[in-house]
Amino acid sequence: MKQPLLVFNEKGIYCEKADVYIDAWRPVDKCIVTHGHADHSRWGHKHYITQTNNVPIIKHRLGEISVTGKVWNETFTINGVKFSLHPAGHIIASSQVRVEYKGEVWVFTGDFKTEDDGLAEIYEPVKCHTFITECTFGLPAFKWEPQAEVFKDINNWWATNKSEGRTSILFGYSLGKAQRLLKHLDTSIGKIYTHGAVENMTEVVRENYKLPETTLITRDTSKEEIKGNIIVAPPSAHGSTWIRRFVPFVTASASGWMTFRGARRRRAIDRGFVLSDHADWEGLLSAIKATGCEKVIATHGYTDIFARYLREELGYDARTEKTQYEEESAEIDKKIENED
Amino acid sequence: MKDFAQLIKKLDSTNKTNEKVAALTAYFQNANDADKLWTIAILSHRRPKRPVNTTLLRLWATEISGIPLWLFEESYHIVGDLAETIALILPTSSAHSEKSLSEFVSEIIELRTLPEEEKKKYLHDNWLALNYFERFVFNKILTGSFRIGVSQKLMTRALSKATGIDEDILAYKLMGDWTPEKTTYKKLILEQNEEDYLSKPYPFYLAYAVEDNFQEDLGPISNWSFEHKWDGIRSQVIIRNDEVFVWSRGEELVTDKYPEFQDFLKVIPNGTVIDGEILPFGEGEIQNFNTLQTRIGRKNISKALLQKTPVILNAYDLLEWNGEDIRQKPFSERRKILDEMIQKINSEEIGIYLSETMNFETWEQAAAERDLSREKRSEGLMLKRKDSPYLVGRKKGDWWKWKIDPFTIDAVLTYAMRGHGRRANLYTDYTFALWDEGELVTFAKAYSGLTDAEFRQVDAWIKRNTLERFGPVRSVTPQHVFEIAFEGIAESSRHKSGIATRFPRILRWRKDKPIAEANTLDDLKALIPK
Repeated sequence: MKQPLLVFNEKGIYCEKADVYIDAWRPVDKCIVTHGHADHSRWGHKHYITQTNNVPIIKHRLGEISVTGKVWNETFTINGVKFSLHPAGHIIASSQVRVEYKGEVWVFTGDFKTEDDGLAEIYEPVKCHTFITECTFGLPAFKWEPQAEVFKDINNWWATNKSEGRTSILFGYSLGKAQRLLKHLDTSIGKIYTHGAVENMTEVVRENYKLPETTLITRDTSKEEIKGNIIVAPPSAHGSTWIRRFVPFVTASASGWMTFRGARRRRAIDRGFVLSDHADWEGLLSAIKATGCEKVIATHGYTDIFARYLREELGYDARTEKTQYEEESAEIDKKIENED
Repeated sequence: MKDFAQLIKKLDSTNKTNEKVAALTAYFQNANDADKLWTIAILSHRRPKRPVNTTLLRLWATEISGIPLWLFEESYHIVGDLAETIALILPTSSAHSEKSLSEFVSEIIELRTLPEEEKKKYLHDNWLALNYFERFVFNKILTGSFRIGVSQKLMTRALSKATGIDEDILAYKLMGDWTPEKTTYKKLILEQNEEDYLSKPYPFYLAYAVEDNFQEDLGPISNWSFEHKWDGIRSQVIIRNDEVFVWSRGEELVTDKYPEFQDFLKVIPNGTVIDGEILPFGEGEIQNFNTLQTRIGRKNISKALLQKTPVILNAYDLLEWNGEDIRQKPFSERRKILDEMIQKINSEEIGIYLSETMNFETWEQAAAERDLSREKRSEGLMLKRKDSPYLVGRKKGDWWKWKIDPFTIDAVLTYAMRGHGRRANLYTDYTFALWDEGELVTFAKAYSGLTDAEFRQVDAWIKRNTLERFGPVRSVTPQHVFEIAFEGIAESSRHKSGIATRFPRILRWRKDKPIAEANTLDDLKALIPK
């Protein structure tokens, strides 16, 4: 039997023909990395290949590494296997990986979303035979509102807090979500302050993307000057002593998991905005359809349920593979803290 | 509905009591009377009867959404709440409804009588005319169980702020079996209405557990009256107008379940209200609480059951005497009247006893009496300040409970299920097992006692160590030992282990113990009081 083009082994997604891994979770010699989040770009590979704009990001995270940048749609051939990177729309510089050998095409999405968020390069459907997809939000309960609506709510929330003399604190992981928030906050309301983790990453992102002005909170930043303004901080800052100095404040989290009332209440956050960097149910289904694929492999998220739906209701040859991107999507709290 | 949904959203999105009270107060100040009445009813767990069973609700919701039923069920397991799942999977719509809460509720009440096709049409039309959160609230009213972190006490406080009526008076007005269909906001809240009070119980006074080193804080021990904390059903028995009413602490009228108490009419005068504990009683002594379980769930109380499990009322306190509310008199005076009244009665014939009050000279003597609790089938001691009035609700200061330490045993985690409400999506409901001849035998379920951080840790572990899935339940690799505490223990033929434990909960995670060192079923059996 013919060896599949990509296999899932104990180290990651592997192309034997080219001897290359994609988003490997254990140290390997050569690894194509889809985006800068820690579960996809791990430490310890000998050589990294990634989208050009992602190079400064992973260097910031991983230190001095050997890395080659590739521009969108540039084909690079390794041992006769053709590779190219295509926008995944998940976060800045996040790619899908297209792999072609002797006319057979596979695509691995990494993480992706179909909606244009105004910052990340817009998701591009890529024709393929086998589509390896994430399905973090692969349940019909997940339906995103258009981003413009969500930001209207976020900015109204900020304006209301300001009128009540309170500081707004908005949580989003420091790479991706934080910049998306920054991009769409209405700076006519007030100033944007940042937590150190967010500020550092944003500085790196500014090399290639235009973002509004932010002010890093330091020890010398007084409570009075922040009052009524907005702070963008990573979720791990929630409940920390760092935050207490901004009293009176109101907190909010922006995440797809905020769909669930239980998740909103459990985290003792004042407000939950449903804003995700992953595709929702309809987004996943439309993406699969657009690839024209026959086979689907669901990797991380509600994989069993999603694959069953694809098989039974839509007639795809769909199966699941275990990866170490997220042990299980239902680990909401862990995710909100660690999705960074 | 908009305003009510907005209120629920506000209550739901804060855990600060003051903000909740402020949101409710503002709502009570602005809503119309019919909406106010239904809001009070819903928040005090008085909902219209379910007009459509949940099987049909699921079916119709999936039909509209165009998803298979199995996918709905899977989503429900993950979301953890039926009303929320339905609200989430229905297609979004741009239509909106201007109907008020009370209009919706009247329609829901009427819906019960309609044929199935019309029910379906009604739900279809209304689901699609509401936004996600309104839909969620609508579904909650349809399906029952509306837990949103608003206690009756909190609601009463807001209502008091909005109306200027004293909180305790409001608490009393809201007691009993009123329904919004048979009253109005004016009648219930604003007017004085004598005949409504016939069956109305007083709000129960509830004690807090004693705090560390409480002996030092309580002043001279001679100020305190001691009683055992009996293990039965806390109740209020009302004798008015030649009728007996029995209320449980959950504000449920349970008169029919205890026909033996009708005899009280023979010896207790009208205008009497007694606070006491319903206890199983046989062969001249109090029986295990488990015996009472057989009566609690029964709809029909047969003669055989009455013979098999007789109950008595053990009286704690007197709240009304000669038709007069005497809750403000000192405890010692109320007890004096109660004691005199009951001492004249032949307890064995009528089934009403006194919960004996005790005085101690030293805390050591009190502690010695507390040590006898298990033998006497009590849960510990109650401490009541002799000059205390009978207060409303749970209040600190005048009454304290000094419970005995629970039984404990080390057990192995074997199954887990996702929780509900704020724990939806986390595995927080656990089944525990003990060793029996080399096998693990299930003995109890518990879902409280760990911190949120610990629950998250266990949850993450469960997801990585699942052996099998049975719908919402997973079996896990036996690997973790937990110390389980429980209040009571008795033999039981209904349990696989042969043992029933009362109020089991997790005391701590024994990370130090390997499963081989967990306790055995025999260790558990040895705890049963002889």
